[in-house]
Amino acid sequence: MTNEVCFRTLHLDKPSSLDTYISIGGYQVWKKILAEKTSQMDIIEEIKISNLRGRGGAGFPTGLKWSFMHPPGGEVQPSMQRYIVCNSDEGEPGTCKDRDILRYNPHQLIEGMAIAGYAIGASIGYNYIRGEFWEPYEQFEQALSEAYEAGLLGKNIQNSGIDFDLYTHLGAGAYICGEETALLESIEGKKGQPRFKPPFPASYGLYGRPTTINNTETLASVPVILEKGGQWFLEQGKPNNGGTKLFSVSGHVNKPGNYEVPMGIPFADLLEMAGGVKDGKKLKAVIPGGSSTPVIPGEIMMDLSMDYDSLASKAAGSMLGAGSVIVMHEDTCMVKTLARLSHFYYDESCGQCTPCREGTGWLSRIVHRIEDGQGKNEDLDLLNSIASKIEGRTICALGAAAAMPVASFIKHYRDEFQYHIDHKKCMVSMK
Amino acid sequence: MGDKKVTIEVNGQEIETQAGRMLIEIADEVGIPVPRFCYHKKLSVAANCRMCLVEMQAMREGMENPVVPACATPIGDGMKFYTKSPKAIAAQKGVMEFLLINHPLDCPICDQGGECELQDIAIGYGEGYSQYTEAKRVVKNKDLGPLIATDMTRCIHCTRCVRFGEEIAGTRELGMIGRGEHTEITTYLEHSISSEMSANVIDLCPVGALTSKPFRYSARSWELNNVDAIAAHDCVGSNIIVQTLHNKVKRVLPRENEALNEVWLSDRDRFSYLSQTHTERLETPMIKKGGEWQCCDWNTALTTLVAELDILVKDKKNTIGALLSPSSTLEEGYLLQKIVRGMGQHNIDFRIRQQDFSQQTLDPLYPHLGVNIDDISTLDAVMLIGSNIHKDQPIIGHRLRQAVLKNDTKVMAVSHRQYSFHFPVTENIIVHPQRIALQLAGIAKALLTLNNASAPTGLKEVIDDMLITDIQQKMAEKLQAAKRGHLILGNMIYGLEDYAQIRMLASLIASLSECNIGYLTEGANAAGLAIAGCLPHRKEVGKENNQDVGLHAQEMLSKTLDAYILLGIEPELDTLNPQQAINTLTASSMVVVMNAFVTDTMKQYANILLPISTPLETSGTFVNTNGMWQSFTGAVSPYKEARPAWKVLRVLGNLFELDDFDYRSSEEVKESIASKYTAEKFDNRIIWQEHLFENRINNVNNEPIRISDVPGYAIDAMVRRADALQDSLDMQIADKVLMNEKLAQVLQCHADNIVEVEQLEGSGKFIVAIDESIPDDCIYIPSAVAATTNLAAPFSTVSIKE
Repeated sequence: MTNEVCFRTLHLDKPSSLDTYISIGGYQVWKKILAEKTSQMDIIEEIKISNLRGRGGAGFPTGLKWSFMHPPGGEVQPSMQRYIVCNSDEGEPGTCKDRDILRYNPHQLIEGMAIAGYAIGASIGYNYIRGEFWEPYEQFEQALSEAYEAGLLGKNIQNSGIDFDLYTHLGAGAYICGEETALLESIEGKKGQPRFKPPFPASYGLYGRPTTINNTETLASVPVILEKGGQWFLEQGKPNNGGTKLFSVSGHVNKPGNYEVPMGIPFADLLEMAGGVKDGKKLKAVIPGGSSTPVIPGEIMMDLSMDYDSLASKAAGSMLGAGSVIVMHEDTCMVKTLARLSHFYYDESCGQCTPCREGTGWLSRIVHRIEDGQGKNEDLDLLNSIASKIEGRTICALGAAAAMPVASFIKHYRDEFQYHIDHKKCMVSMK
Repeated sequence: MGDKKVTIEVNGQEIETQAGRMLIEIADEVGIPVPRFCYHKKLSVAANCRMCLVEMQAMREGMENPVVPACATPIGDGMKFYTKSPKAIAAQKGVMEFLLINHPLDCPICDQGGECELQDIAIGYGEGYSQYTEAKRVVKNKDLGPLIATDMTRCIHCTRCVRFGEEIAGTRELGMIGRGEHTEITTYLEHSISSEMSANVIDLCPVGALTSKPFRYSARSWELNNVDAIAAHDCVGSNIIVQTLHNKVKRVLPRENEALNEVWLSDRDRFSYLSQTHTERLETPMIKKGGEWQCCDWNTALTTLVAELDILVKDKKNTIGALLSPSSTLEEGYLLQKIVRGMGQHNIDFRIRQQDFSQQTLDPLYPHLGVNIDDISTLDAVMLIGSNIHKDQPIIGHRLRQAVLKNDTKVMAVSHRQYSFHFPVTENIIVHPQRIALQLAGIAKALLTLNNASAPTGLKEVIDDMLITDIQQKMAEKLQAAKRGHLILGNMIYGLEDYAQIRMLASLIASLSECNIGYLTEGANAAGLAIAGCLPHRKEVGKENNQDVGLHAQEMLSKTLDAYILLGIEPELDTLNPQQAINTLTASSMVVVMNAFVTDTMKQYANILLPISTPLETSGTFVNTNGMWQSFTGAVSPYKEARPAWKVLRVLGNLFELDDFDYRSSEEVKESIASKYTAEKFDNRIIWQEHLFENRINNVNNEPIRISDVPGYAIDAMVRRADALQDSLDMQIADKVLMNEKLAQVLQCHADNIVEVEQLEGSGKFIVAIDESIPDDCIYIPSAVAATTNLAAPFSTVSIKE
C-alpha cells in the first residue's frame, strides 16, 4: 500500500514523461471536465469528502479553502481575474517531498492545478518553485511544454471554451517565500515579506485578486481523488486524516528518503521502512513535521501514529507539519541541534515585524552561547520567556516556527542544556 | 467598509460604529489609549511594530483568546477586546522589550529626547533593567541631504518614512532593504531625497533615527515656546507652529488643519526660518548721502523720507509707484495703498511677474482656486495650464496626487516644459510657450464640435482652418465627461505676453465643458492684497477705479517714476524683467526699499533702506487661495532695529498727515478692511471678449526663445536665504541652461560646457544641460536666481555663445 497517489509513476520507466503519465490514465479527469463541464461545486464537494488537508504543513481542509472562492450569495465580481498558485517553495529543513513530485510526477501536478483552477474559476496558475530546485524546475518546465504541446493547457483547451495558462516562477532562495502571502509578494516582483491577514488571499491575493494557494502534494493528489473518488481517498487514511501522505524521513536512519504511505501509519512502521535507526543505536528524539514542529522524545514517538490528530495530541504536543521526519539517535547533542535550528530561523527572518526580527537573533545568540560554554543559569528561563514573547504575536507563522523548537527542546532536554551551562561541555559524547 | 452599524466592546465599554473599521481608529476616537509606532492615521496600515497588540475574545468557546494588532483588526459585530488585560499588557511589554534590545538607549545625546514616542511609551511598557546581554546592532548612517539627519542605529523599522515616500510624497526614495536583523532603512540609490515634502519624515519618525539637520543639537523640545502661525510661501497658508527659544526661531512644525495642510508641511515652509539670522539681514535704517550709505535712526530715516517725497509728490502726477511682494500681509498692503492713494495716485501693484495686463478689469475680486483645497479629491478631471504644481504649491500638488490615487482623477497638462509630476498625467501637451494659446484654441474647437456650438465672435476666423489633434480631442472629451472638472492656471502663465488670450480660451473651455476654473498664485497673500486694494485699477475690497487707473507693475518698471516704494521685494530677482527693473530704478531719484534683507545690488538703486520684519516677526493676515483669512502674531520680536512693516507704514501715514492712520494694532487695520468686505461666492469664468481675437492668435516666431519658471526654493527673499534649502537637489538647476538635443546641435552647445547667454544688453554664464523635457526652439533658464539678474524677461529671444 505505498506510492498510490503522488508517486504512482515512480516505479515506471521515465516516470516524469507525458507518455508515462498518460499510460496510467493521466489527464483523463481533466479531459472529462473539459468535455462535460463538470460543476465546480461537485468537484469541491468531492474534495471535501476526501478529507484532503493541506500538505504544506498547516493541514487546512482543501475543499473548504476552495469553497472560499465561491462565497455564499454568488460571485461578487465574476469578471475579476482569479489565480491558482502552487506552493513548491519547499524550504522547511527536513522536507524534500515536493521536490520529488516535481522530478518524477510533474504532469500529475499540472493536471491537479488545472482542475483546481477550473474549480475555483481561475484561468491562470503559477507554480512557485524553490530557488535551489534547479533540476526539478527544469523537469517541471519540460512537462509544462509537453502539456501545452499536447493541447492540455492554453486558451480554449480542446475546444471546450475553457482557458488555463500555467506559469513557473523560480524563487530566489528565501525560506519566508514559502509563507503563502510572502510568496504572492515575490511573484509580484516585490520583496518577499508576508502580508498581514485579514484580508486573506481568497479575497485579496495575487495582484489583489482572489487567489487560492495550495501545496504541491495537495494539488498533485487531486487527479487521483477525482479519478478514484473522495471516499476511496478518505479510506486510505483514517477519519479526519484522510488519504495517503508523503513522509520525508531523514537523519539517523539507514534508508533516508521519501515514503508515500497511508495517513495514520504507526511511526514504528515508518521507521522500519526507513531501515531503522542507524548503526543500531537507540532512538533519542524525532522532529515529526519539519524543523519548526516541536521535538518529541523517542520513547513517546514509538507509540504514536503519523497523522494530524495523533501528533497534535496532548501526549505528543507536536504537529504533522509537512511530514518531514527528522530522526535523531542517542549520540545527538540537543544543544547543538537547537543552535543550528535557531540560527536557521534567525537567518531567514524577513525582518518586517518586531518580535521575529529582534527575537530570533536573541534566541540564536543565547543558544550558541550555551553551546560554546558561555551559558548562564538564567538563560534557560530567558529562552522560554523570549520564545513566548514571539509566538502568536507576529505577522506570519515564522515567529512561532522559531519559538516552538526552543520551547520543546528545553522542555524535554533541560538537563542537557543545564549540563552545558554547568560544565561548559557536552554530556553526550559525539562518536 | 460600509455603513453597517455594529456594536463592539472594548474593556467592557460598548461602542457603536461602522463595520470594517480598524480597532485602533475606534479606540482613538473614544480615547482608549493603545500604544503604537508604525500606525499613523494618514498612512496605510503596516502592522509591523506589533506594539498595539490587544487581547481579543476568542470566536469560539474553549479557544484561547488571541492577541491581535489593533491597527490591522477590522471590527465586526459583537467583538470584544481588552486593551489593558494582563495578556494584552504582557504582549505590549514583550514587544517593547524587543524594540529596546537593539536600540542604543542614547536618549541623553539624542535630538528626539523629550519628544520621542519610543521614550514616552517605554516609560509605561519598558522595564528598568535589560535582560539583553548580547552585542547590540550598529547601523551605518545615511546621507539624505541637507534637511534630514540620520542615526540609523536608533531605527525601529516602523516603515512610516517608507510609506510616506510611497503614499504621500510619491517618490519611493526610501526603502527597507536587507532581511531579518540586518534590515535597514535607506535610499535605494545613494543620493539625497528630492521630494518637496521630504522633511515630514522627521515628524513621522517615532524615534531619533531621522531628525532635522538644521535644528540638530540646538535646543531641547521642552525648552521651546510654541507660537501658532501661518506659513508664508504659497497660496495655501499652511498652519504652522513656530518654536522659539531666547527670542530666536529654532524650528517650524506643521499644525494640523484638515482643510489645508492636514498634518503635513512643505520643506519650504518648514525651513525658510533659517533665513532669520542670515548675514544679509538689514540691521538699521540707512540713508544714502552723496553716494555714501549711512546708518541712522528711524526718526531720521522717516523724516528724511517724508521731506523728500513731499517735495516730489506735490508737484506732478504719476510720480510715485509702490511695488510689493505677493507675500506682504493684508495689513501692510492696505496701509501702503492707502498712502499711495492718499497722495492722489494709484500706482500700486503686487503682480510683479505678470506681463499682460490688458484684461485686468476682468480679474475676479481676488485670485481664487475655484475649488476648496479639501475638495480637490472630489474632482474627476483636472487640466493644469502652465503649472509645476507640486513644486509651486506642494500641498495642492499633494491633494491632487491623492485625488489621482483615490478618486482616479484624470490630470491633463498643457505647458512649456514637461514636468515630472508625482502622479500620472493622462494627456500632456508640451509646446513652445507662444503656442499654448493655439493648443487651447484647438481644445476649445473640439468642445465646440462636441456641443454642436458655433465659435464665438472673433474666434471663428482663428479656428476655422485649425485641425483638432488627437490629444486635444481626448482632453476635450475628458473635460466634457467630467462631473466635476477643473482647469488650473499655474504660476508660470502670468509671465506670458498673451496671458489675456490664454485665460480667455481657458475660460471658454471651462464654460463649454461645464468645468470650473481657478488660479494658483505666487506668494502667500495675492488674494489678500487684491482685497486690500493693492491694484492700480481697484481700491480696497475691489471697488473699481475706472476713472483714474494707475500704472501696473510693468509700466512702473519700464518708465522711470520720480519715486518708488518697494516693500519686501528684490526687483533684480522678483520681477519679470530684472535688467529693465534695475535700469529703471537706478534712474529714479528716490527709491525707498523696505526689506528684511539688504544686498549690494539693492544699495545701487535705493536711496533709503528701512529694515522690516519677516513674517515670523510681525502680526498680520494672509488670505489664501480659498479666501480663508488667517491671522497670526509674531513669533519673535524683530531682528535688531527692524520693525513690522505695518507699523512703519502707519507712522509714515501720520507723518504725511493723511487721514485715518491712527491704528493701534494690526487687528484694527484688518478690521477696517473686514468691515467693508462681504465674502461672495464667485465664478472665475469670464464673459467672452470678442475683440481679443480679431483674426489673431499668438504663434511662434522661429528664433530660440528663453522659457522659464521660478524654482521652488527661489520664490522669495526668505526662501532664497535658507541655506539648507539652497543646498538641496532642486536648486542644482540654478546655474544651468537646459535645451533638448535637437536645439543643442543647432546651437553647437555641449553638455557641461559653460556658455554666455545674452538678452538685450545683459548676459549671464550658465552650464549647458541637455534635457528632453524642453520643447523645440526653447532654452530653459530659471528665474529668480542670481545668475539671471542681468537678463531680460523670459519668453523672449536670447542668443548663446561659448
